[in-house]
Amino acid sequence: MSAQSDNWIDIAALDAVPQRGARLIKTAHGCVAVFRTGIDEVYALDNACPHKNGPLADGIVHGKAVTCPLHNWVISLETGAAQGADTGQVATYPAKVVDGRIQIDASLLTHRGVA
Amino acid sequence: MTQKLVVIGAGMASGRVLEHLFEANADYYVTLFNAEARGNYNRIMLSPVLSGEKTYDDIVTHNAEWYTTQGVTCHFGTPITSIDRAAKTVTSTEGTVPYDKLLIATGSAPFIIPVPGKDLDGVVTYRDLDDTNAMIDAAKSGGKAVVIGGGLLGLEAAAGLAERGMDVTVLHLMGHLMERQLDEAAGFLLRRDLEKRGITVKCQASTTAILGTTRVEAVLLDDGETLDADLVVMAVGIRPETRLATDAGLSVARGVEVNAQMETSDPDIIAIGECVEFDGQLFGLVAPLYDQAKVVAKTLMGVPDVFTPKELSTKLKVTGCDLFSAGDFAEAEGREDIVFRDPARGVYRRLVLEDNIVVGAVMYGDTADSNWFFGLIRDKTDISDMRETLIYGPAFQGGAPSDPLSAVAALPRDVEICGCNGICKGQIEDAVHAGATDLGAVRAVTKASGSCGTCTGLVEQVLAVTLGDEFIAPAAASICGCTDMTHEDVRRMIKSRELKSMPAVWQECGWKTSCGCHICRPALNFYLLADWPMEYTDDPQSRFINERKHANIQKDGTFSVVPRMWGGITTPDELRAIADAADKFAVPTVKVTGGQRIDLLGVKGEDLPAIWEDLNNAGMVSGHAYSKGLRTVKTCVGTDHCRFGTQDSTGLGIKLEKTLWGSWTPHKLKLGVSGCPRNCAEATCKDIGIVCVDSGYQISIGGAAGMDVRETEPLCQVKTEAEVIDVVKAVTQLYRENAKYLDRIYKWVAKVGLDWVKESVADLDKRTALKARFEHSQTVYRKDPWAQHVAKSETYRPLADLTLEAAE
Ligand code: SRM
Ligand SMILES: Cc1cc2nc3c(=O)[nH]c(=O)nc-3n(C[C@H](O)[C@H](O)[C@H](O)COP(=O)(O)OP(=O)(O)OC[C@H]3O[C@@H](n4cnc5c(N)ncnc54)[C@H](O)[C@@H]3O)c2cc1C
Ligand code: SF4
Ligand code: FES
Repeated sequence: MSAQSDNWIDIAALDAVPQRGARLIKTAHGCVAVFRTGIDEVYALDNACPHKNGPLADGIVHGKAVTCPLHNWVISLETGAAQGADTGQVATYPAKVVDGRIQIDASLLTHRGVA
Repeated sequence: MTQKLVVIGAGMASGRVLEHLFEANADYYVTLFNAEARGNYNRIMLSPVLSGEKTYDDIVTHNAEWYTTQGVTCHFGTPITSIDRAAKTVTSTEGTVPYDKLLIATGSAPFIIPVPGKDLDGVVTYRDLDDTNAMIDAAKSGGKAVVIGGGLLGLEAAAGLAERGMDVTVLHLMGHLMERQLDEAAGFLLRRDLEKRGITVKCQASTTAILGTTRVEAVLLDDGETLDADLVVMAVGIRPETRLATDAGLSVARGVEVNAQMETSDPDIIAIGECVEFDGQLFGLVAPLYDQAKVVAKTLMGVPDVFTPKELSTKLKVTGCDLFSAGDFAEAEGREDIVFRDPARGVYRRLVLEDNIVVGAVMYGDTADSNWFFGLIRDKTDISDMRETLIYGPAFQGGAPSDPLSAVAALPRDVEICGCNGICKGQIEDAVHAGATDLGAVRAVTKASGSCGTCTGLVEQVLAVTLGDEFIAPAAASICGCTDMTHEDVRRMIKSRELKSMPAVWQECGWKTSCGCHICRPALNFYLLADWPMEYTDDPQSRFINERKHANIQKDGTFSVVPRMWGGITTPDELRAIADAADKFAVPTVKVTGGQRIDLLGVKGEDLPAIWEDLNNAGMVSGHAYSKGLRTVKTCVGTDHCRFGTQDSTGLGIKLEKTLWGSWTPHKLKLGVSGCPRNCAEATCKDIGIVCVDSGYQISIGGAAGMDVRETEPLCQVKTEAEVIDVVKAVTQLYRENAKYLDRIYKWVAKVGLDWVKESVADLDKRTALKARFEHSQTVYRKDPWAQHVAKSETYRPLADLTLEAAE
């Protein structure tokens, strides 16, 4: 379960991220990738593949998953878990869209992954 | 009291009658005469015996044990010489035997064209095992065979002899092969496939004489040409074997005349098979004979039944020549055609319609759906509702297409699966439910696929559908898990149904995922932009990161930057600009690539637009070192400096690179231009290579030097630079329009055949059209993506920078 918080930070307009694409947020802990799916859901994950730290934001987004650009691991955007035969986990962060704006849980600034 | 049944001829038709009689425990004492010195075998499988795929033992249908068990008295190698209807006896060399009922099943005899030399040693026909063995023997010493007759039998003989190493020529009187079953287009494809196996085909060839003193030496044609021959096979047709019936005074037209109960003009004499004529019709395939056999058995048992001829279909049993024909496909008033051609795959389909009913079908290359079409013809189905997509077959009817298995699953129980034996889907299902869980068992129980075997795949599919999870069917390679369709099927759909967006493809092709995956999306994106350059907008999100960001991703997530150096030529100013950029952006590695240009490795993603802008300002553009598109055109110094150079290889390389750059292709495309055959530009291991010679330019394609190393194969030689550029554009476009995504040129050529590629660019009309389509597409894509992305540099930066935000 994701930790609940009412401390949401406004990040950017939804349209700043292409459908089936991602953009980065720089944080003190490293880069977090914000994904937008084909049906306009948003997800936030550490931008480092559990395999060899591949930049997930540069992958191909399909359904609720992203394929890492380096060696094609498929990572669930919902859980951060590697799919199929691969094992590994990326930290995920609560994210949502309100009035066409992307918001991220501010706990992201203090904690590592919460999910 | 047990009646005496005498059978003349132990062929495929009478064999089936006996099976029915014994299955029904009919009260007959059977005496069987056969002119051949053996019992019943599957005659239609003689071709696989000839080609070596099967042995005689494999094709025996009734062995000695079977005859003994059934109590049949056999006289093999014993032809009947006369019938005495008054005394009700038959006479053979061994004596006279009485009958209560007589079955004439003498089949037919090969037609021998009455030319001088027809009786020479080494002239054979193709009818029985002895003929087959004679051919096999003749082939042992190799040499040349001439097959007279380009119909079903002739071609199967030709293929078998070629398989056994003979140098085979087929002579055919008509304009194209199998003209009774195929139209010209299919005949052409068949001819091409046979020629690929080294068989020479001569149409409109009329034989005047067979030459030789004691044995055959040559064949003389009416145009005066002589062809050397060690073996001549006559396969020009068959005649019903009616001599006994005629002598006995039975009513005989072309064949022995029978009524719908298969009785001859003498009710105690029944006839069946190729020797009969019913309602003016003769029979030359087993399917109708098997129907007749059911009727004969009933008639003999006094049960009323009626023989009705059905629509027939033909397939050729030559491995690799997939053809199908059924019904009537002659052109006529009021008839319309639907034609589909896929030259790349050698696929041709034609349906002939009359009043919204399919009356004929010819297919070549892909006959997977032939049974479905055959069903439409036989059932006279009104096809008005599916006219638009009819030609694509059952998978495309009624909503989203699905896998071939569900097409089979959707077939009604009474659809015929095995044409030879008249076995319907329901009978196979019943057999499976009764415990026949593999092909062999189904075949043993139902006979389905046991005759000519061409329906084997379909029978397996019915098995798979009926058994469900218990059956693992060998699946055709689909693009990925999102679809059951192959790359080829999807490309075909995109073109024929004019699918111009990715969602359209997903919908119309029944994608199983909401929006594809990293395997299918890049392929679809390419197919769509290659086929609809004006209508479709490239989708960066369906591209691998390198193509999306126009740079090669590195293992640490940074990127490399490779500007174009046209034809490998650079200037001090360019080099200075590269050096400045390397300094400014702290590029850790500067490397000369294997493609005659400079790679700046280790650039941060967010710096890309800025470094590009600097390079752009110095007149440089993206080198597409990352693209499934034109990479480099490698050149040598050529006539400018080299003492051996024959043409301006550097200049031509630059022109080619400036023409082709920016184009997207199924895989990367690399060219090389060498100034002379010393080939310093390694042109003959590129996708397209040009070697300059005194008389012009040798263009060759299909080289590679990566995971596979290949030398190019010659495409053509031309005289001028302009022609080189035209040919290169045309062949590139042909490749874009037809190849499977991620096939380099050499893989594609291996699939479609170099000859087809050669023909397509040699034909000046085609070349011009291809070139025009290439240019059309280039009006969209010959643009520097770096310059375009500099304008969108925002997207290369982080969405937000929270590093300075105070942590609580
Ligand atoms: C930079 C370079 C090596 C070098 O330092 O010289 C290079 C680098 C890469 N090559 Fe290459 N290839 C380079 C010349 C070649 C050559 C030689 C040539 O072009 O003359 C070949 C063999 C010729 C050929 O293609 O047939 C070559 C055959 C491959 C292959 C195998 C392709 C195949 O079909 O077998 C791959 C893998 C692929 O494409 O799937 C590949 C893939 C790659 C990738 C893109 C691997 C990747 O996906 O990340 C490398 C990117 C490195 C980077 O970050 O920049 N590279 N690569 C060369 C760039 C040439 C250029 O200026 O554009
Ligand atoms: C090489 C080849 C390939 C073929 N391929 C196909 C195919 O793919 N599909 C298809 O549907 N059909 C095919 N056919 C045709 C098919 O084999 C025939 O339609 C079928 O065999 C005819 O059966 P039948 O019983 O009428 O005659 P046959 O099978 O020819 O049997 C007649 C028998 O009668 C015997 N006989 C004749 N006269 C006498 C006599 N006076 N006394 C005693 N015995 C006599 C003959 O020796 C012969 O054994 C092929 C034929 C050949 C030769
Ligand atoms: S050969 Fe090519 S793909 Fe392999 S490590 Fe070198 S540059 Fe990379
Ligand atoms: S780093 Fe992501 S798959 Fe290897």
